[in-house]
Amino acid sequence: MSAPVLEVRGLTVTLPPDADRRLAVSDASFAVDPGEIVCLVGESGSGKSVIAHAVMGLLPKALAASAGEVLLSGENVLAASQARLRALRCTQMAMIFQEPMTALNPVMRCGDQIDEVLATHTKLSPAKRRAKVRETVRAVHMPDVERMIASYPHQLSGGQRQRIMIAMALVLEPSLLIADEPTTALDVTTQAQILSLIRELMRARGTGVLFITHDFGVVAEIADRVAVLRRGELVEVGTMRRVLTTPAHEYTKMLIDAVPSLTPRQRAEAAAPVVVRAEGLCKTYVRRSWLGRAGGDIAAATDVSFEVRKGETVGLVGESGSGKSTVARCVARLITPTRGRIVVGDADFASLSRAQLRALRRRVQIVFQDPYRSLNPRRTVGAAIVEGPMNYGMPHREAMARAHELMELVHLPPAALDRYPHQFSGGQRQRVCIARALAMSPDLLIADEAVSALDVSVQAQVLALLDEIRQRLSLAMLFITHDLRVAAQVCDRVAVMTRGRIVEYGPAAEVFAHPRDDYTKSLLAAAPGRHFAFGRAAG
Amino acid sequence: MVGALILLVICSIGLAAPLLTPLDPGAIDPAFRNKVPGTEQTVRAADGTKTTVTHWMGTDSLGRDVYARVIYGARASLTVGIAVAAISVAIGLGIGLVAGYFRWVDAIVMRFMDGLMAIPAILLAIALVSLSSAGLAIVIVAIVVPEIPRVVRLVRSVVLSIREEPYVEAAIAVGTRTPLILVRHVLPNTVAPLIVQATYIAATAILIEAILSFLGVGIPPQTPTWGNIMAEGRTLFRVFPHNILYPGIFLALTVLAVNMLGDGLRDTLDPRMSKRL
Repeated sequence: MSAPVLEVRGLTVTLPPDADRRLAVSDASFAVDPGEIVCLVGESGSGKSVIAHAVMGLLPKALAASAGEVLLSGENVLAASQARLRALRCTQMAMIFQEPMTALNPVMRCGDQIDEVLATHTKLSPAKRRAKVRETVRAVHMPDVERMIASYPHQLSGGQRQRIMIAMALVLEPSLLIADEPTTALDVTTQAQILSLIRELMRARGTGVLFITHDFGVVAEIADRVAVLRRGELVEVGTMRRVLTTPAHEYTKMLIDAVPSLTPRQRAEAAAPVVVRAEGLCKTYVRRSWLGRAGGDIAAATDVSFEVRKGETVGLVGESGSGKSTVARCVARLITPTRGRIVVGDADFASLSRAQLRALRRRVQIVFQDPYRSLNPRRTVGAAIVEGPMNYGMPHREAMARAHELMELVHLPPAALDRYPHQFSGGQRQRVCIARALAMSPDLLIADEAVSALDVSVQAQVLALLDEIRQRLSLAMLFITHDLRVAAQVCDRVAVMTRGRIVEYGPAAEVFAHPRDDYTKSLLAAAPGRHFAFGRAAG
Repeated sequence: MVGALILLVICSIGLAAPLLTPLDPGAIDPAFRNKVPGTEQTVRAADGTKTTVTHWMGTDSLGRDVYARVIYGARASLTVGIAVAAISVAIGLGIGLVAGYFRWVDAIVMRFMDGLMAIPAILLAIALVSLSSAGLAIVIVAIVVPEIPRVVRLVRSVVLSIREEPYVEAAIAVGTRTPLILVRHVLPNTVAPLIVQATYIAATAILIEAILSFLGVGIPPQTPTWGNIMAEGRTLFRVFPHNILYPGIFLALTVLAVNMLGDGLRDTLDPRMSKRL
């Protein structure tokens, strides 16, 4: 075994005095060997990005590495000068980031950005640099290399941009690659391609990879070894198979159990009455100019039909841009569908006038994705919860009493009603949003990616809460998600959407076990860690 | 909060002006013209008693005490600053909310605002003064008109981003009526940038008022304002610079203080900062 590319010994990073804890990272030690992928796993705020930035010498001024050393091929990065760090970056170590759109310069052609790295660190002639850029872009499997080199970042897809980032990171063949959540912003099918690309390049070049992720599916897909981080402490380090199958630490066990399984739960077929039926729903966005229609209409949803029964959860699954959120917003009548019917009870939601709609709005409620933006920062959560009922004439006292009950229902202390949203964590805010929706006693609850922004353990809690509420109130739920694992656990039936159409619709167990449509098949095949049975505790 | 402190001091100087000087800012004394700062003068009162007064900032070419004029002048300047800020924000907020939230009126309102924005305050003031008589109200109107579109643009841009926030959609989903959404959800979130903008408007207004008075199209010369004092002192600037120097210092200090207050408010009202408070 050769010497490790990266060795972190007793790394301790101190936080500013007003932070919630004293140390961002305390006494972390691990190593990355050549040609090995080490996954650093942890929830948000665990300090995994801090470690990555410490290795790159990119720690912000407020954070200081107070103890330990970071050895890159034997050289202590923490003691290196700024000039030395500049020389080491790209040549010895490189980093790729979560959001390739912001990591790339928007006003520079992709080829020039890669060329800049070469021009800074090598003395190659322009012609040789150009050849090298072309070769690298080809190595990351980009189609039409010349066009890609001449493109600006916004002209490429997310996956292509991430490939450019990888090409840029690897052009000087560094011995260490740090990947900070490189696939989190990507769709599953793209994610699968990027993961296999990283694997392939590492194997071929013997680069050591420090891969940061929160997703255990990705870990199962790519890691050789795993390091689990909790609130700055490294709780467990081991080979991937060992850590995932026999986790030694309680926290690791909890995290792995919180990952939803891809195998759908067995549910009884619901024969309850239909609460909502969408028939031939279409939403077309028309591009307008000063002189009328400019052409190029965008069909966000085409001919979407499904029904949701009382006490049943129907999932709308799809990648970004598939139109699932458009459908959700149509059903809640936040936007007006172009064609089609949305039958709620005996009313057609799609064609109601404003006044009629207002009277019926309470029957359909929605919980949004981003818990930080779905509550008005300047109003207390109590005010947010009572707003709806009071709109329909409930006296304040009665509405507050109901808010108390609802806070208990979503497992939050009722005393917290007069607090402001920023005093809550993301998971707690999402509970408040659920309480706000339930305050209207809706027939249908739409959850639009309601758990996507949450950490896996918090996500498990919120999912459990939603399930509990659905059973207790026998609520109909329309669950929008891009996450197949979540869909498998929550939904009775799923509708798979792509390009604005439903391509497959049926009982969850049926769709997951025997997908008929090609798109569904590719989606399931791309799910990270599908060979690994997660979430035994949850099942 | 140094800005707030300086501003408070200047405000109290303006309010307490009669207590700070026994002299009448309008009293002309042809015998005692163009004296340098610190000159003492013996004044005989009606009953024959003599008192000695010191002209701390000298006198102007009509023998009026510059110190008295400067501290009385604070009244006019601050009135203009506060009135212009309050009026333009009040009008601009209303128009901006409507233009930002109701997309169909947006284009019409904004083109009209662009037209207003093209009118320079100074030319408008000259036109208004020549149509009626010069005075405080005319000056305020002349400065308010071109400021309104700036407020409207700011409010509209903030509203445009807030109306897409999920919490506004959530309010729509729970059946909140549109006027209530505007008042409860949109308005409170536009206030922070608006207060900051208001302080900058106040600073600009004080400056423009001084310019208008200096040019002689603002407040009539018998009323002491910093601009008037400077206009009066302009002709003898080389010999007696104090006529321009002292009101100039006050003007610069006030504008600086208002701007500092604006910066301070911006930092305090920033949601990222308020988390710590």
